[in-house]
Amino acid sequence: MEILLGGILLGGTYALIAMGLQLQYGVSRIMNLANGEVLVAGSFCAFWLFMGAQVNPILAIIVIAPAAYILNWFIYTYFLRPLVKRSKTQGHLEVDSILSTFGISFIFIGLMHAIFGGEYFNYEYLEIPYEIFGQAYGVNRIIAFICAVIFALSLYVWLSKTRSGLKLRAVSVNPESAKLVGIDVDKTSAMAFSLGGAVTAAGGSLISMFDTFDASIGVVFTMKALIIVILGGVKEIKGTIVAAFVLGLAETAVATLIDPGLTLAAAFLLFILVLLFRPQGLFGRESP
Amino acid sequence: MTKKEVRNFLIAMALFVLAALLPIADSGYWLSIGVTIATYMVLSTSWALFSGPTHYISLATGAFYGIGMFIVGGGIDLLPYWMLVVIAGCAGAILAALIGLATLRLSGVYFVIFTLGLAEFVRQIVTWIQTTMGSSSGLYVLTDLNDTIIYWELLVLGALVYLIGWWINRSRLGFALRIIGNDEVVAVHCGINTAYSKVILFIFSGTVATIVGALLAPRLSYIESNIAFSPMLSFIVVITALLGGAQKLWGPIVGVIPFMLVWDFLTATFPNQTTLMLGICFLLVVYLIPNGFAGLIEKYLPLRHQER
Amino acid sequence: MNALSALSVQNTTKRFGGLVAVNQMSFELRTHEVLGLIGPNGSGKTTMLNVISGALKANSGFVSLFGKVISDQPANLIARSGIARTFQLVRTLNSMNALENVEAGGVFGHRRLWKNSLRSQAIEMLDKVGMAGSMNNPISSLTYIDQKRIELARALMSNPRLLLLDEWLAGLNPSELQIGIDVINNLKSEGHTIIIVEHVMDAIRSLCDRCVVMNTGKKIAEGKPEEVLEDEGVIQAYLGSEHA
Repeated sequence: MEILLGGILLGGTYALIAMGLQLQYGVSRIMNLANGEVLVAGSFCAFWLFMGAQVNPILAIIVIAPAAYILNWFIYTYFLRPLVKRSKTQGHLEVDSILSTFGISFIFIGLMHAIFGGEYFNYEYLEIPYEIFGQAYGVNRIIAFICAVIFALSLYVWLSKTRSGLKLRAVSVNPESAKLVGIDVDKTSAMAFSLGGAVTAAGGSLISMFDTFDASIGVVFTMKALIIVILGGVKEIKGTIVAAFVLGLAETAVATLIDPGLTLAAAFLLFILVLLFRPQGLFGRESP
Repeated sequence: MTKKEVRNFLIAMALFVLAALLPIADSGYWLSIGVTIATYMVLSTSWALFSGPTHYISLATGAFYGIGMFIVGGGIDLLPYWMLVVIAGCAGAILAALIGLATLRLSGVYFVIFTLGLAEFVRQIVTWIQTTMGSSSGLYVLTDLNDTIIYWELLVLGALVYLIGWWINRSRLGFALRIIGNDEVVAVHCGINTAYSKVILFIFSGTVATIVGALLAPRLSYIESNIAFSPMLSFIVVITALLGGAQKLWGPIVGVIPFMLVWDFLTATFPNQTTLMLGICFLLVVYLIPNGFAGLIEKYLPLRHQER
Repeated sequence: MNALSALSVQNTTKRFGGLVAVNQMSFELRTHEVLGLIGPNGSGKTTMLNVISGALKANSGFVSLFGKVISDQPANLIARSGIARTFQLVRTLNSMNALENVEAGGVFGHRRLWKNSLRSQAIEMLDKVGMAGSMNNPISSLTYIDQKRIELARALMSNPRLLLLDEWLAGLNPSELQIGIDVINNLKSEGHTIIIVEHVMDAIRSLCDRCVVMNTGKKIAEGKPEEVLEDEGVIQAYLGSEHA
């Protein structure tokens, strides 16, 4: 029970950050390895706003998300679009964007390191225990979970019910055909990429409420988000949500039953199993 | 062998002898940086043999290297050193084969992520084993091997990598890899077992990286998982190989030498900004010299004859 | 199964999720025969070729080459047992020159040449498709039809027992088309066994001994080209029911 609840609480935030990455990879076709650093940057902003001006981290998202949107739009326009234009094949773009986003992620880490230093950070916000089924959980965790679920759900509804969401999904399925029905693929890709960044940074703000972080932890979140996206099937939003909870549960189980030092190892093991037995993801489909 | 090949071989031999004389000239700073350069020369060249033609970016070098170190660290009191190096090579080959079989059938992105996580995965496992078995977090490797001997060992390994690389490039395997790098679908329909070809090359580069780790273990004398599995190593291998040009056998070394000299200076001057500088290096290579120094040389030196 | 059957496709079905792209297809191909696989867009022709060449695995049914079941094998082994193909959208190896592109077909497949014999065969194949003059040219400098010829030469390099041509004549202008038809006609007279997926009806009429017509994944007709092209059902499939 303890594992189940802990896993679900963790899975909520994971779902949100994985959706951020999925927007970037699924629609703009850019594997953004700087994704985790955007998340950590979100955490640092939340920390800074909270310590400096006592802004509550949920309200801070109103500032953080648009800022991240603009930042990611800038990254896409000036760094990644030239690669999209230059590459002849999807494979070529893949290699280029991997290297470029690695570079960007290192620059992020370097800058955050220079500004905040290499220590671990956390702050106390709503650290009130709340009992569910006889087990205490921090109120901050629960609130972060609820916010994450609200964001993830509204994103899901937006993607599946609105016109602009439909555009994104069209580009995701087939950019060539999307062009033919009058969608500006380039603009839509930029938007999806920026939106993905905004969602990720919002996730970072939520995570900072209950977790410690440092300048170089981003890669861990990138890994986890990627594992979730691949586990769920790259273009399946529902799959991503389910996979996020699977990973949350697996990590909590390993941390409680074996050793908290092995959470990433658990995630990685899950990844290996997917690659071996279901490389298209739990919900992925073969395409013609 | 053609005349040109004989000439190239003689040049390579002369360079090798010249490089081998370095410890006689200096045994301080230059030998120490010589060891570093030799290390990355071997790692980058073997990395490029796999990643150059296939375009799979492997970040597993650090994991293999760390495993090599830990095999030496764990077994130094039980077995002779040379045997541990052999065991390290075998362990690297087996691990690379397993990873290759699991991931090389899939797209490049999955492979990158997998190898990115691998070093951290292995590090967590090693740390966990050490703590549950109650031993201390580090291992002592005390031998009488000094920098000069390590340097020569690395040079010999490097020469071997070059010879094997040269042979692979002339063989059917090398041709198969070039076809795979161009278009994997065509490769399959030409009858190439693509998974097999990729796995063979990945095993080669994994084995070499593990042996390099084993050879360098005596230099550190105290081995700790945080140092052995440093993620920085994998990235420096990638950047030096790309800087030099991963498409040519001699490309990586053209990248390694200037990069390590500059890098050594920069890290000494700005010790806290290494990550930032690495990031800038990545962007410079991707945007300004996408084909590396080798690409630039080929572009600006008029080709005298069509090369195969 | 009769002894002369080169290829036999039996009850083959391929699904993508809910979509049945190939539905219970069965047909036979004799040695030295040129078979046209035709049908409207989206009728499953290319998927059928992909199943035969092993690019896709069928969900049920099987394919056999000269009596030996191949549909359980990976694509590279199918290539090795003697099936070579070209692609609907031309696929060349862009970092290599024309000669190397052709050589690629003769090293790992049904024929395993190397060194001198490889080179001389590749030159011969380039000659056969009329490209001997540009063997050292980079692929990117070639025109579309020339790239298609290189692709065909690469397929021929393996001395295939069965050749699959996926819309090899598509996108050619009338004079190029005539050259293309002549090239295939030569292959036919050399005794090659070929399946052609094609939309160009003139080419089908002049080249094919027999046709199999597909619509929505099913076989709707089979026979001599002039017969099937007169068939009510086939005309309906191509033009829609209001024209029938």
